[in-house]
Amino acid sequence: MQAATGSPEETYNYRVVRQFAIMTVVWGVVGMLVGVIIAAQLAWPELLPSVPWLSYGRLRPLHTNAVIFAFGGCALFACSYYVVQRTCHARLLSDGLAAFTFWGWQAVIVLAAITLPLGMTQGKEYAELEWPIDLLIAVVWVSYAVVFFGTIMKRRIPHIYVANWFFGAFILTVAILHIVNSAFSPASFTKSYSAYAGVQDAMIQWWYGHNAVGFFLTAGFLGMMYYFIPKQAGRPVYSYRLSVVHFWALIFTYMWAGPHHLHYTALPDWAQSLGMVFSLILLAPSWGGMINGIMTLSGAWHKLRSDPILKFLVTSLSFYGMSTFEGPMMSIKTVNALSHYTDWTIGHVHSGALGWVGMITIGCMYYLIPRLFGRTEMHSVRAITLHFWVATIGIVLYITAMWIAGVMQGLMWRAVNADGTLTYTFVESVKASWPYYVVRLAGGVLYLGGMLVMCWNVWKTVAGSRPVDAAIPAPAMAHA
Amino acid sequence: MSDFIYSWVGIAIAVVTLVSILACAWFLRVNTTRRLPVGAQPGTTGHLWDGDLAEWNNPLPRWWMFLFYITIVFGLLYLALYPGLAVYGGALGWSSSGQHASESRRWDSRYAAMFDVYLKQDLAVVARDPAAREMGQRLFVTYCAQCHGSDAGGSRGFPNLRDGDWIWGGEPAQVLESIASGRQAMMPPQSEAIGPGNVRAVANHVRALSGLPHDAALAARGREPFEQVCVACHGMDARGNPALGAPNLTDKVWLYGASEESIVETITRGRNGVMPAQAEFLGAGKVHVLAAYVWGLSRDGRQ
Repeated sequence: MQAATGSPEETYNYRVVRQFAIMTVVWGVVGMLVGVIIAAQLAWPELLPSVPWLSYGRLRPLHTNAVIFAFGGCALFACSYYVVQRTCHARLLSDGLAAFTFWGWQAVIVLAAITLPLGMTQGKEYAELEWPIDLLIAVVWVSYAVVFFGTIMKRRIPHIYVANWFFGAFILTVAILHIVNSAFSPASFTKSYSAYAGVQDAMIQWWYGHNAVGFFLTAGFLGMMYYFIPKQAGRPVYSYRLSVVHFWALIFTYMWAGPHHLHYTALPDWAQSLGMVFSLILLAPSWGGMINGIMTLSGAWHKLRSDPILKFLVTSLSFYGMSTFEGPMMSIKTVNALSHYTDWTIGHVHSGALGWVGMITIGCMYYLIPRLFGRTEMHSVRAITLHFWVATIGIVLYITAMWIAGVMQGLMWRAVNADGTLTYTFVESVKASWPYYVVRLAGGVLYLGGMLVMCWNVWKTVAGSRPVDAAIPAPAMAHA
Repeated sequence: MSDFIYSWVGIAIAVVTLVSILACAWFLRVNTTRRLPVGAQPGTTGHLWDGDLAEWNNPLPRWWMFLFYITIVFGLLYLALYPGLAVYGGALGWSSSGQHASESRRWDSRYAAMFDVYLKQDLAVVARDPAAREMGQRLFVTYCAQCHGSDAGGSRGFPNLRDGDWIWGGEPAQVLESIASGRQAMMPPQSEAIGPGNVRAVANHVRALSGLPHDAALAARGREPFEQVCVACHGMDARGNPALGAPNLTDKVWLYGASEESIVETITRGRNGVMPAQAEFLGAGKVHVLAAYVWGLSRDGRQ
């Protein structure tokens, strides 16, 4: 890290990165705590006082919004702002607008945390927030795009680094998804109705929902992967050509895959099949990112033994590879006929969420936070190793419990007696799932426990350190 | 296909789909480069960012390219066989509704006879057949337990089927009719007819009819409006009328609760209980077995 030279314009804007990075950890703990609470509610439904705003139906969207948009969102802001500056050798386009995206995004999160338990919802999965908050999101997001693409425009390096392609695709697409899916007609300040109806509404919702996974939770985090893995491993990216092909193929085919959420519904058969075909074609483009990340370690495999940050980053890619294989398989109609509406889906989502999104975020934060505060590494590297193992065991418990429960539910629901009547009533499948709900809770508690270790480690790293803004290399150096 | 207002939309979707899939294959093709000789270093692209970020010039991994090509070929084959191109239904002529119909036919042909065999028997006979009772119970926990409870004990608004008290009649033919054709109960709001001031009085009179604690003065005042309005359905003796689904008000069975508040609510707002018809959904054989099981339950209860 170079010492600051000359005028303040020649440093990177680390302030907004620091803010988002710290809030990533804070919202991670909050969102995962709510996850643990609702997991406990599924095992013990009368755990909490019987008041509406603590009911499962209201806390569940709070959990999903907190982990996706608060934890994941803050991580994406922090990393994209850091990466775009450092790979463009340029300060963010506007410090003021960047600060607005921070405070605006925190306002969205706080409003979500208030309105969702109160029961104000548009009822669209991962897009529950009511229209005034939706408008605020749109304004913040457009500002984000201006800051990000504006910084790319003023870059002092001719080529745009691959991480920025992914961040750019993520920012652009999420803007389109959010605006189209949230189109509404307001009934009052706190209530609105979707602009779409019936099966069209379902199709738009899952076009949004699947691409929220594809762009918010995949493309954006692949952007993080493409910067932090080569940096931490100290090795060049494995293949430029692979990154070109899998980038375009990924962002192109993801767009089509949404209908696989609506197999065997009122959606026309042809749309369902189309969603399935493109979901299968999506397998190779998804794996391209995993290959490029993991193969970047060629020649540096030994570092995995001693470097817990690299452990996080590479394990996250393994979970990414697993869930992007599982996804296309589950999109096959015959498989979906068994897996749909069961806890298998929950297991699939969490192998992506805890394994891929969670672990890559945690790894990136362990890389980023010391550098933002003028230190070379976290307060305790052993605590990172502890976090890694606790989180990994937690994920394994979580997803295996949900796989077993899900397949069991699917088989119980379709089992028939010799006379063709159903062997099991629905409630019997619920009863049979109970032990797995308890194991899932244990997995979630471990994962949350790891986040608390991280909190302590971040606190010890940050407390007593001085925020540092690194200097931008002189143009001559940029072309070295 | 009638999914589109304009037929060209479907054609456009089909064309865009095919072009898109073929474009993936083309894109993969033009980015295919020679494999590196064994032991050769790929070299980097020469770009450098942030001090030390670089990229190797490795070719696409072969196995990964084959995986990509295989999924593309599979996709095209699938679209040739199954509906997926909006205006083309696929060579196999498959549809989800067709699959449902053929599976239903297959399962019906396999199992329907096992139920239909009981159609020739009187319900009272079927009700004593142990095999039929087991089949009836399985049907009951699948289709009836959601409202009537897995023990058929009912809950508020959903009748108890074991207690021998029948709103629509407890003869085998009546039970069968309730299941096959459903029932639509209709207790109209009556506070206008009996006078809003009399609602509480009538409620007390109704409680008095079945010997529940009541306010004697109010109950006496409620007798006259009761006999002017309520008897039309519930009868002069208040013992109800199965033909109308009007419950007996002199017994201990209360579908919506026996409290004064609940009876006041019933009189003020009316009640509209619905039992959905099952004949078309389940078929005559299953309805027959189910009716025998349900009728048998109440006989067990009385024994």
